[in-house]
Amino acid sequence: MLSINNIVKQYADHRALDDVSIQIEKGTIFGLLGPNGAGKTSLIRIITQITAPDSGYILFNDVPLQPEHITKIGYLPEERGLYKKMQIGDQLLYLAQLKGLPKEEAKKRIKHWFEKMEMQSWWNKKVEDLSKGMQQKVQFVATILHQPELLILDEPFSGFDPVNAEIIKNEILELHNNGTTIIFSTHRMESVEELCDNIALIHKSRKILDGPVTDIKNSYRENKYRVSYIGLRSIDPNETLFTVEKQLSDDYTTTLYLKIADGKTINQTLSYLIPQVEIQHVEEIIPTIHEIFIKEVTSINAN
Amino acid sequence: MNKIILIIRREYLSRVKKKSFLVTTFLVPFLFIAMYALIFYVALNNQEPLTTVYVVDQSGFVENKLEDTEHLLFLKTDESVDILKKKMERGETSSLLLIIPKEVAKLQTVELYDTEKKGIATINTIETKLNDILKAKALADAGIDVTILNTIKPAVSIKSKELTIDGEKDSHVGTAIGISFGLSILIYISLFLYGNQVMRGIIEEKSNRIIEVVISSVKPFQLMMGKIIGVGLVGVTQFILWIILSAGFMTATSAIMINSNPEIHNSFDDKKIPGAEVTKQNNQEQQSRVDTIIQEVKAIDYPYVLGCFLIYFIGGYLLYSALFAMVGSAVDSETETQQFMLPIIMPLLFTYMLSFSVLINNPHGSLAFWLSMIPFTSPIGMLVRIPFGVPIWQLLLSITLLIIGFLLTTYVAARIYRIGILMYGKKASYKELFKWFRYKG
Repeated sequence: MLSINNIVKQYADHRALDDVSIQIEKGTIFGLLGPNGAGKTSLIRIITQITAPDSGYILFNDVPLQPEHITKIGYLPEERGLYKKMQIGDQLLYLAQLKGLPKEEAKKRIKHWFEKMEMQSWWNKKVEDLSKGMQQKVQFVATILHQPELLILDEPFSGFDPVNAEIIKNEILELHNNGTTIIFSTHRMESVEELCDNIALIHKSRKILDGPVTDIKNSYRENKYRVSYIGLRSIDPNETLFTVEKQLSDDYTTTLYLKIADGKTINQTLSYLIPQVEIQHVEEIIPTIHEIFIKEVTSINAN
Repeated sequence: MNKIILIIRREYLSRVKKKSFLVTTFLVPFLFIAMYALIFYVALNNQEPLTTVYVVDQSGFVENKLEDTEHLLFLKTDESVDILKKKMERGETSSLLLIIPKEVAKLQTVELYDTEKKGIATINTIETKLNDILKAKALADAGIDVTILNTIKPAVSIKSKELTIDGEKDSHVGTAIGISFGLSILIYISLFLYGNQVMRGIIEEKSNRIIEVVISSVKPFQLMMGKIIGVGLVGVTQFILWIILSAGFMTATSAIMINSNPEIHNSFDDKKIPGAEVTKQNNQEQQSRVDTIIQEVKAIDYPYVLGCFLIYFIGGYLLYSALFAMVGSAVDSETETQQFMLPIIMPLLFTYMLSFSVLINNPHGSLAFWLSMIPFTSPIGMLVRIPFGVPIWQLLLSITLLIIGFLLTTYVAARIYRIGILMYGKKASYKELFKWFRYKG
C-alpha cells in the first residue's frame, strides 16, 4: 500500500529524517511511534505531500506518490483546527470539496455522518459555539468524509474525553474493518498495543525498530516469568535453573520474578518448584511496547 | 485549478457576507455624498441676507454710482456719522456703515463699520465696486471717454476669451492635481487595507491551526493565491459598488438640490443679476471659469482614469499582498508583524509623501519617471502622473514591470509561505526567512 524508501529530509541545522524506510501493508493499522521531535510529523508531512523529501521516494499502491493521491489520503494533524466563524456544514462541505468530492455527494455524506455521530443540529452552528470535544468530532468527520484509502491520524485522541475517545476508536476500527489502511502516530503507547498490527519506532530521525507488534514483543522476551504460590516460605534456590530477580509477599502469597537460565524452560522450573510449594499463578513477563520503547530510546540516548 | 476556485469562493463569500462589508460598502459613499451635500447645503444657506449699507459720502461722487446687489442695498444718508455710530452701538440697526472720505481717490481707503463680523464676500463686493467706480472716475479724469471705452469692450472680451485658454490650462492643472491626490490616497489606503486583510486571514488560519488540514488537500501556493485573489475580488467588488453607489447618490442628490433651489439656476443666468456692466462682466468671467472647471471635470476621461486605477490597484495589490502574505505566514500573531511591516511600507509611503509635492509639481521629471517605473512605487507613482498625461510607451513599460514585479514577489513569498505556515513558536528573523526561501521542495 505504502512503501517509504530511504527518505532523507534535511532542515538547515538539523536532519529531520535520516534514511527512513517503512513498508505499510494494505488494510493494516500501522503505529508510528517516537518521542516528540523524533521526526514523525516530518515523515507524515512528506506522505501527505505537504513537504518533499531531499532524497528517497514513496510508492502509493506501487506508484510513485503524486498530487492525485491527495484525494486518497485523509490526514488528521496533531495541530488541528477549523475556521472559527464558519458554519459547521459549510465548513465540512468546503473541506470535502477541497479533497475533490462533488458537492452533492459531499452533502449526502455529511448528512450521513451527522446522523451517525448524533450531531444533526450542528449544521448551522459555528465552530466557536461548540465545545472542544464537539470540535474534535467535526474534525474527525472532515478527515474521513472523502473515504480515504489511507488514513493518517496524528495523536488522534489528544483532546478527547474518554466517552468521545471511545466513539472515535470504534469509528477507526470500523474503517479498519472496511479495509482502510491507517497510520497511527503517537507517543502514547497504551493505545498502540490495542489497535496496531505493525509499528515502527523512530528516534532521533532514524527508524530504530519496526515489524509486527507480536514479533517485536516476542523478540524482546527474556524468558522471564512471574510465579505466585500460597504461603510465605522461601523456596530452595537452583542457580542452574533460574535466578530470583525480585520477591514480593503479602499475607498469604508470595510472588517471584524469575529469570529462567539459558537453555532451560518454564516447565523444568515448575517441575522443580511444584514439590516445594502450591503454585497459584504463572505468567510470562512480556515487555510492553512502552517498555521496549523506553528501553530502546534510553539505550540510544546513553550512547 | 478547481481547488483554487473553491478557495477563492470561500475567501470571497466569507468576507462579502460579513456585516462589516455591507456597512463599509454603503456607508462610505453615503458619507462621501453626505459630506458633499453638507458643503452644498452650507454654501447655499450661508448666503448673506439682504443688508443695508448706509453710505456717508464725503467725496460726493461715489454714492449714486453704487448699484444694489442681491444681498446689499446701498442707502445714501445725510445723518451725521456720530449719530449713526451710536445707533449701531445701541443695536437699533444691523446695517453697515460705509464712510467714504473726501480724498478717497488719493487715500485709497474707506471705513466700514459693522456690529458683527461680515463675511469676506461682502467686503470683497464693496471693495470691487468702489475700485470700479474709482477706476471709471480716474479714466474720466484722464480724459478717456467711458462711452469709447464701452465700444472697446467687445475687443476686451475677446481678449479675455483668449485668456480663458490660459485659464483653461490652469484649471486643467487644478483638476489634474485634485485627481492625482484622490488617486494616490485611494490606492495607498486600499493597498494596505486589502493587503492587511490577506495577512490577517493567514495569521488567523495559522493560529486556528486549520492550515495543516487545508494544505494536506491543496498546495500551499494554491491556498495563498486563493486567499490573495479572493480578497482582491472583494476589493474590486467594493470599488465597483462604491462607484455605482456614488454615481447614483450623486445624481439623485444633485437633482434634489437643484430642484429645491431654483435660484442656483438663476444665479448662473446673468440676465437676472442686477448690476452694472462691470459687475456683469465680473460675473461673466466667474461664470466662464466655473464653466471651464465644469467642462474640465466633465472632460476627464473617466474610463481611462478608472481603468488605470484598476490596473494599478490589481497589480499593486498582487505585489503587496504577496509580501503581506509572506509576513502573515512567518509570524504567530499580529503583534509580531511590526518588524517586517516597515520595509514593506517604506517604498509606498515614500512615494505617497512625494506625490503631494515633487511628483505633482513636476509630473514629467526624472524622479517621477523612475518612481512610476519601479514596481514597488509605480502604483502610486504612475497614478499621480496619469491625470497629467503619460506617453503610452511609459504606461505599457510600467505595467509590464509591475507584472514582472508581482510575479517575482509572489514567487519569493510563496517559497517562504509554504514553510512559514508550518512553523510555530519560532521567532522568525530575516535570516530565518532566507533559509526558508532556500529549502527544497
